[in-house]
Amino acid sequence: MIQELADRAVVGGVADEPDRPVVVFDHVSLAFDDKVILKDVSFTLLSGRTKIILGASGAGKSITLKILLGLLKPDSGAVWVNGQRTDELAEEDMMEVRANLGMVFQEGALFDSLTVRENVGYRLYEETDMPLDDVDRRVEEVLGFVGLAEFAERMPSALSGGQRRRVAIARAMAAKPQILLYDEATTGLDPMTAMTVDDEIIKLRDIEEVSSILVTHQLRDAFYIATHAAVRQGNGDVRIVPADREKERESEFLMLRDGLIIFEGDAETLRRSKDEYLKTFLS
Amino acid sequence: MIALIEDWLKRASLDVQEYVRLLGATARGMVTQPIYRHDIIEQFDAIGVASLTVVLLTGFFTGAVLALQSGLTLDQFGARPVVGRLVSASMIKELGPVLTGLMLSGRVGSGIAAELGSMVVTDQISALRALGTDPIRKLVVPRVLAGVLMAPVLTVVSDFVGIVGGWIVARYQLQVATGLYWSSIWQALYMQDIWMGLIKPFVLGFVIVTIACHVGLRTTGGTQGVGKSTTEAVVAGSVGVIAVDFFVTRVLISLMY
Ligand SMILES: Nc1ncnc2c1ncn2[C@@H]1O[C@H](COP(=O)(O)OP(=O)(O)OP(=O)(O)O)[C@@H](O)[C@H]1O
Ligand SMILES: [Mg+2]
Repeated sequence: MIQELADRAVVGGVADEPDRPVVVFDHVSLAFDDKVILKDVSFTLLSGRTKIILGASGAGKSITLKILLGLLKPDSGAVWVNGQRTDELAEEDMMEVRANLGMVFQEGALFDSLTVRENVGYRLYEETDMPLDDVDRRVEEVLGFVGLAEFAERMPSALSGGQRRRVAIARAMAAKPQILLYDEATTGLDPMTAMTVDDEIIKLRDIEEVSSILVTHQLRDAFYIATHAAVRQGNGDVRIVPADREKERESEFLMLRDGLIIFEGDAETLRRSKDEYLKTFLS
Repeated sequence: MIALIEDWLKRASLDVQEYVRLLGATARGMVTQPIYRHDIIEQFDAIGVASLTVVLLTGFFTGAVLALQSGLTLDQFGARPVVGRLVSASMIKELGPVLTGLMLSGRVGSGIAAELGSMVVTDQISALRALGTDPIRKLVVPRVLAGVLMAPVLTVVSDFVGIVGGWIVARYQLQVATGLYWSSIWQALYMQDIWMGLIKPFVLGFVIVTIACHVGLRTTGGTQGVGKSTTEAVVAGSVGVIAVDFFVTRVLISLMY
């Protein structure tokens, strides 16, 4: 555990201090031709916290994550990742920033010409000097983490939708990024599998101290993640327990509508909101 | 109407700009690190070795039918024995490079456009970038290298089996003696012809693969878009092969003959 933290600190170049802003969106806007997707979006994600982005289909949630990854450039506004301004960075320099970011794409986006093992270990195999044995060990470890250890040699086409989603999560976390972005990680999964995925997300946040941004339609999963915590017990096992009020406040919801953030606050505030649109969305 | 033409011109020039940018990035990717060796080897296999069958078959039958047809024409002048010379000159200078190019644009161009196109629409290209890989280095550079270096090899193979096909027809159908057939080839084999036959496929291979990569990478619109890109890559690649063949021939003639 201490070793892992040290590893991550080296990767990030900065020691993990609590309450450090890891992602900042500052008045970001983006339009495709004359279609405005994001009008004026500002938010801050603190280290070790969770942001849950809600919004109707087409509200610009996936676009927000893609801007954060530098896959799209905003028309105006600034984006900061780990204290570095990224919206003006060239693609080559962006690669270094991305080393701290892990993304679970909406449809998984697994490389279908590679096996599960090669997918999960992709960054470590191709973009780092890590010895192959160590990579193999890390791949087994994360595949075990998502419960798919025996599927390492399969091709993605031979997996179910939920298994593919879990492989995508394993791939995103394999290189131990400080920040994980989940785009609809649980949509379309059965409740049991969705719960397993939710538990992974909670564990990553509370045990591995990963900061996360979660995009989802599934309110049930969103609330579950916001209101639960993972604790390591005396015997080393990790258990998911209901979070206390303090812990709950560390997960913030954010609602996108017509290119603007129309709500930002914790689970309790969202539940109590009187806003008509929010109430329809929640019901 | 004017507006439509203007719109079309604007899009075409943007497209060309994108293509030129891709060529620049590819050139940079070839000479700077990181280089993905494993992918390069894989593409040599996928583009070169796997195209062998189709090249062998088309080369062989083209040579054979050339011998048949020129046999008819040559008979009018009583010049049947020089059939070998006609077959080899046509194969080496024109038909070998062009037919191999057309086969490659059908087989390889379509494959590349479909593969890259579906990677675009399923976000795999975004995923590559998110994982710290430049898609041009990882996907385009290996394909271009393999296309540029394998096209000449395949062309030589095609030339050779074409001449062999011509020989079989000459020997068994036209009753031309084997020694006569081959000696008429040797006598008429000029160095310039060989150079022309070798330089062309380099250029054609480059054109086919870069067009296919470009078309594949700018795919939009889901699976339907992938289908469109695939068709476009084959059409643009084939037209490109024929057109570029003309210009390269023109340039080489003024340089060498
Ligand atoms: N490349 C593009 N060109 C033009 N418009 C685009 C492009 N990509 C996305 N859009 C538009 O941007 C809007 C926001 O897209 P985005 O993918 O962020 O939606 P989303 O909030 O993730 O929706 P969902 O919940 O359905 O995934 C959509 O209306 C979409 O049509
Ligand atoms: Mg989305």
